[in-house]
Amino acid sequence: MTNEAAQELAASAASARTRSALLELDKIGVRLGGRQVLSDVTFSLRKGEFTGIIGPNGAGKTTLLRVILGLLEPSGGRVLIDGEPVHNKSKASIGYVPQKLVIDPDMPLRARDVVSLGLDGHKLGFGFPSRQRRELIEATLADVGADGYADARVGELSGGEQQRVLIAHALISRPKLLLLDEPLANLDLRSEQEIVAVLGKLAREHEIAVLLSAHDMNPLLSVMDRIVYVANGHAATGATDDVVTSEGLTRLYGHHVDVVRVHNRIIVVAAEDVG
Amino acid sequence: MHYLFEPGLLGSGPVRTALLVGAIVAITSGVIGVFTVIRGQSFAGHSLADVATTGGSGAFLIGLNQFWGFLAAGAAAAAAMEAIGVQRRRGRDVATGVVLAAALGAAALFLYLGTQQTSTTGASFTILFGSIFVIASDTVPILIASGVVALILVAILARVLLLTSLSPDLASARGVNVRLIGAVYLIALAISVSLSAVAIGAILSTALLIGPAATALRLTKSPVRAMAAAAAAGMAATWLGIVLAYDSYYWPPAGRGWPVSFFVVTLVLVGYLLTYVRRPRRLVPRSPHEGAECFPA
Repeated sequence: MTNEAAQELAASAASARTRSALLELDKIGVRLGGRQVLSDVTFSLRKGEFTGIIGPNGAGKTTLLRVILGLLEPSGGRVLIDGEPVHNKSKASIGYVPQKLVIDPDMPLRARDVVSLGLDGHKLGFGFPSRQRRELIEATLADVGADGYADARVGELSGGEQQRVLIAHALISRPKLLLLDEPLANLDLRSEQEIVAVLGKLAREHEIAVLLSAHDMNPLLSVMDRIVYVANGHAATGATDDVVTSEGLTRLYGHHVDVVRVHNRIIVVAAEDVG
Repeated sequence: MHYLFEPGLLGSGPVRTALLVGAIVAITSGVIGVFTVIRGQSFAGHSLADVATTGGSGAFLIGLNQFWGFLAAGAAAAAAMEAIGVQRRRGRDVATGVVLAAALGAAALFLYLGTQQTSTTGASFTILFGSIFVIASDTVPILIASGVVALILVAILARVLLLTSLSPDLASARGVNVRLIGAVYLIALAISVSLSAVAIGAILSTALLIGPAATALRLTKSPVRAMAAAAAAGMAATWLGIVLAYDSYYWPPAGRGWPVSFFVVTLVLVGYLLTYVRRPRRLVPRSPHEGAECFPA
């Protein structure tokens, strides 16, 4: 094979990879307040894939999600969605569930109102009720198992119930990519398992690429296709068993890290972190 | 009917004007108040009212209609708040400590100079505590138009305001310019506070903005119902306050009449306190498998 043919083949392969990747991060770097928060973060996601961004608190998981959402400009690298820069894409193609949303109990919003805002809450003017709209809201609430409390005030729901409603809010615009920032934080074990099961089902049945940040990977092990482990400003990505190894994480953290597997749980013992 | 209120109530021109203006003010304040409360900007509303006092007293000093003074100062304060960053706790403290105190100091000077010129202290009372029975008939169309403008602004922004109230990050992720929306909303708030200042005075105008809205938010669970209930609660307090103030002409000390603003703010408070008498906190039964409460609810 000539050099030209090899280059053509490589370019074609790269192009095919870009086409098949729903989300592609290429050498993303972020500087905040004079500090390098993230360096050379590269990974891609295909539709229907469930990916966990795992790392200790302060590792840059939220920062990474904000870059993907286009809310934060990276200091280097690029984010492509369906092969196009994130700023060119319709915001409806990304569903988002933010971190630590504390909803006032007196907020005059029922669960169905929150889901309705996911449809057109960003638009000016009135949203007129219609049968089609009502059915879409009911169906989306049912998709996440929240149809039982559609008419409840959202601020009076439990943490797990609120998460389901917020996931329905993000889903109703039929996004290709669903980003969730620490959705399992502060949930009890049962709610945690239920939310993970709902997200796994959405990824499989609706072919949505799910990207979820968490500081503990264990609740996600049954559904996670790929892990993006973030530590010390860098990220390692791949299958969980390939990435979460003592050697791999020691390189990432820059100091010795033990990885212990006990009863189907993975415990990462770093100098300053247990994850 | 005369068992309910004094004869001649509805035959009185000033009373009819007061009922009309009261309705406009109550509806505008109720609707905008709902967003003020859910956005956590009760403080901003009160600050705008304080600064409006300066505008009202300045207008009085130079012989202008006080409503224009309230409106100009309110709009300027809204712009200043946006520049300082009303969302930030530290910004709020700075605004409170420096800007508001300076504005009220200027109001004291304007009122002093104004009363020196006219040898009357009635203006101070009117600006601070309202003048709904002495509104000039040519001012009424201006007040109606201002109320309509504020309501149209909020109607246009309603969905986006709800989304940003739920989470500014969610709104930003959907492409909403959260800061611009907040600035336009502050203008609507400044108009509402100015209208309220005309009715029950600059100092007490927050009562009509926050009280009926807070009452409605405790009783309803959808945004449209909350706005309707707040407008209705505000109208009930204002109209009943006007009737009681009219009746109070015969109360001791006879022949003086009690201030309308006293009745309105007292009725607003009573309405709010009544919501604590009985209200189920949980509107649906919790599913049996739900564990410990994780979010404040």
